[in-house]
Amino acid sequence: MPNPTRIEINCETGVESIIELTDAEVAEMTYAAELAAEKKAEENAKAEADATAKAALLVKLGITADEAKLLLA
Amino acid sequence: MANTFELIASSTVGSGGASSIDFTSIPSTYTDLCLKVSTRHATGSPYLAVAFNGSSASFTYRYLEGSGAAASSGNGSANWSVAINPSSATASIFSNGEIYIPNYAGSTNKSFSADGVTENNGTTAYADLFASLWSNTAAINQITLSAVGGGNFVQYSTAYLYGVKNA
Repeated sequence: MPNPTRIEINCETGVESIIELTDAEVAEMTYAAELAAEKKAEENAKAEADATAKAALLVKLGITADEAKLLLA
Repeated sequence: MANTFELIASSTVGSGGASSIDFTSIPSTYTDLCLKVSTRHATGSPYLAVAFNGSSASFTYRYLEGSGAAASSGNGSANWSVAINPSSATASIFSNGEIYIPNYAGSTNKSFSADGVTENNGTTAYADLFASLWSNTAAINQITLSAVGGGNFVQYSTAYLYGVKNA
């Protein structure tokens, strides 16, 4: 199976080339995909942890989210 | 003098797709650059990745996003930009977006903005606003568009690069 291709457009000459990725570029892309997935998972985990902490704080204070907004307005 | 947009170059992805669209040898004769993109991803549900001069390092961003059901915001250190229509979106529908890069040929760090929407005949579609910074003082002479996490843009995805004079 051939490697994926990329498009390169030289803005000076207007020449467009379709270039097959090298094995090294494919490996780099795979690595970047893994890093992106990791980063996304980290962001999701942080958002979830923040939401949990926020909910716990509201319970501790004995107020609702709307009441908290009112306090901060 | 009136502001002017001039088409520098454009590309339409052919059959088989393409993993990236790379504008090279961008002339430094304009004030700003403006990229208009219409894209759809072949397999996943990613965001657009932008690289300048072959570098995807030293990028930071802040974003606002709405999905139709919820709003979110955040920031990060990566070359991520607006959402791309995922393969799960209604067939043959593409996302669209614009990336505006002022003072691209100057010798200061490069701030740029992006806005975009995914499109879908369904309940979820995204609208994004990104304010980004490339902490590098080099003049931009190459812009590479790809998808965060890799994979291909599908056939008929397009990218148009405009130069803006007298901005």
